[in-house]
Amino acid sequence: MKKKGIKIIVSLILFLIAMIINFDNELINKGIFIIAYIIVGLEIVRKALRNIFRGKVFDENFLMTVATIGAFGIGEFPEAVAVMLFYQVGELFQSYAVDKSRKSIASLMDIRPDYANIEKDGKVLKVDPDDVKIGDIIIIKPGEKVPLDGTVIEGNTSIDTKALTGESLPREIAPGDEILSGSINISGLIKVKVSKEYGESTVSKILDLVENASSKKSKSENFITKFAQYYTPIVVIIAVLLVVVPVIFFGGEFSDWIYRALSFLVVSCPCALVISIPLSFFGGIGGASKMGILIKGSNYLEAIASTEIIVFDKTGTLTEGIFEVQKVNAKDIDENDLIETAAYAECYSNHPISLSIKRAYGKQIDKSKIKSTEELSGRGIVAIINGKNVLVGNEKLLNENNIEFEKNNDIGTILYVAIDNKYVGNIVIADKIKEDAKDSIMSLKKSNIKQAVMLTGDRKAVGENVAGILGIDKVYTELLPDGKVEKVEELLKEKSEKGKLAFVGDGINDAPVLALADIGIAMGGLGADSAIEAADIVLMTDEPSKIVDTIRLSKKTMKIVKENIIFAISVKVLVLILSAIGISTMWEAVFADVGVSIIAILNALRVLNVKKMK
Amino acid sequence: MKLKFKIKGLDCANCAAELERGINRIDGVESASLSFMTERLEINIDEERKEELVKSIKKFIKKEEPDVTIEEA
Repeated sequence: MKKKGIKIIVSLILFLIAMIINFDNELINKGIFIIAYIIVGLEIVRKALRNIFRGKVFDENFLMTVATIGAFGIGEFPEAVAVMLFYQVGELFQSYAVDKSRKSIASLMDIRPDYANIEKDGKVLKVDPDDVKIGDIIIIKPGEKVPLDGTVIEGNTSIDTKALTGESLPREIAPGDEILSGSINISGLIKVKVSKEYGESTVSKILDLVENASSKKSKSENFITKFAQYYTPIVVIIAVLLVVVPVIFFGGEFSDWIYRALSFLVVSCPCALVISIPLSFFGGIGGASKMGILIKGSNYLEAIASTEIIVFDKTGTLTEGIFEVQKVNAKDIDENDLIETAAYAECYSNHPISLSIKRAYGKQIDKSKIKSTEELSGRGIVAIINGKNVLVGNEKLLNENNIEFEKNNDIGTILYVAIDNKYVGNIVIADKIKEDAKDSIMSLKKSNIKQAVMLTGDRKAVGENVAGILGIDKVYTELLPDGKVEKVEELLKEKSEKGKLAFVGDGINDAPVLALADIGIAMGGLGADSAIEAADIVLMTDEPSKIVDTIRLSKKTMKIVKENIIFAISVKVLVLILSAIGISTMWEAVFADVGVSIIAILNALRVLNVKKMK
Repeated sequence: MKLKFKIKGLDCANCAAELERGINRIDGVESASLSFMTERLEINIDEERKEELVKSIKKFIKKEEPDVTIEEA
């Protein structure tokens, strides 16, 4: 690239000398132009010669060579040099831009770990992450990248997950916590028991996904390569006709029509158009990964801009999926006693509801006080604690035991508690709505999304309450997993032909729906393999607001893509028409080729700038 | 079966598109996708004819674009 730059500068200086000084001696002037041309264009001419023997007549090296040598032939020396010179400037700029955006993606690839520290016979060895096996213990020092997924067994630290999630706040890590490859250990030394081989680790999956993303091409890209496939031959054929027809049939001036035809050849190169589209998508996908949004293909980045219907799973997507005790309504006993009794009864259960009660109780449970517990499916728990008969469960359980109680109509799961057949109060447990859920739904509705739908397996009252708070248009509750598939199938029929349906889930149990939707978005994909496999877009954090970001980025990318297509095609067509009727010169043709290239590429590079988006 | 290659030294996006079209036309290649930006070629081919096909694909690339290098990825 440097060598090319020097050639261009030397050639440009010679070109300017000949243009400005304009030697009286015609021969010197022409000589300087020819030297300038050889310096900058020899490489192209050589490639053109090689290609012509392989029958590639529509190759751009060949077209440029014909255009410039033709210009020399009709005595237009400055034009000949200028076309080649600026063509090379365009090429140089193009490789600079491509390089720049490849590098910006490569910096993202920096999360690739180079080594892992493994402890063997009391010594610490540096090994290739590929050689580490499941169950091995690795040591991660402060400042090092986490090379493989695993569980921390020793040491406390904070880790930086910015490369994975876009989240800049460090996370505190203690023994027992899961740790993901691709994050960076900040403060303390930790020992980690490896849970996945390198190839299966989060970091390899992410790298693989981003690298493969541009293989799935967008419609715009396919359109433009198809266009280029026909555009160049057509323009070249018109160029030939432009010489043949007027000169042979109408006795036109040969050099005048040759000049017009040569301008056509200059404009016939399609590369600017072809490069600017994948460059935009590539930048968009790279920018998204910086925000912790992994997009599996240019086609998905393109499609999500035309989302009409967005369907959410409730638990884990719009709500935290963590149940919390919201209210304790004690009757005739102390609130703490009520919680304690419930916590003891639920002691052996791992149901999310039981866990929430134990969390609310927060003290050690003395298991010797529990004589027996029995879980009655769909009702609750019967236990004998401290010699007392305790019932903890729903309305049914109390009704079946003929215990009188006050019905609580709060939203959420209500646990009624009775001690020795006497009702002593109830506990309200509910899932928390995510902080950014409401704003996200509102922003989505402000863009061109027509319907926001929520699907949930949860009870009607709970589902409708959450939907109401969030401003969801339609809600379907008490659905079994196949019920969700059915509803999405119905909704797919409601959208317009070009509109898309996006489904957002947390990746647990919703793989079929993720696959069914036009765009499947999995949330909190960190570590959840099934989600990364099934979804088209993976949000590394579990914030619904990332969907808004993705759509905004998609729209920005699509706007740039459209601008480039329209701008490049219309300038080219305009210059072609003006050249054909003899108004514009080869200088305009150079602009239509190189100038348009540069402008389109600069425009495409704007996508890389994600910071400005927020 | 799916195979991936790294194609280095492609200097123009349209050439990449043409190369992709050409590879897709090779008999036995189910699909081929070449990304100019990542310089990656992804092909789906008949597993039984793997060796023969990989050879002819490499030959085709070398013929069309003599300056590129092909690595298995």
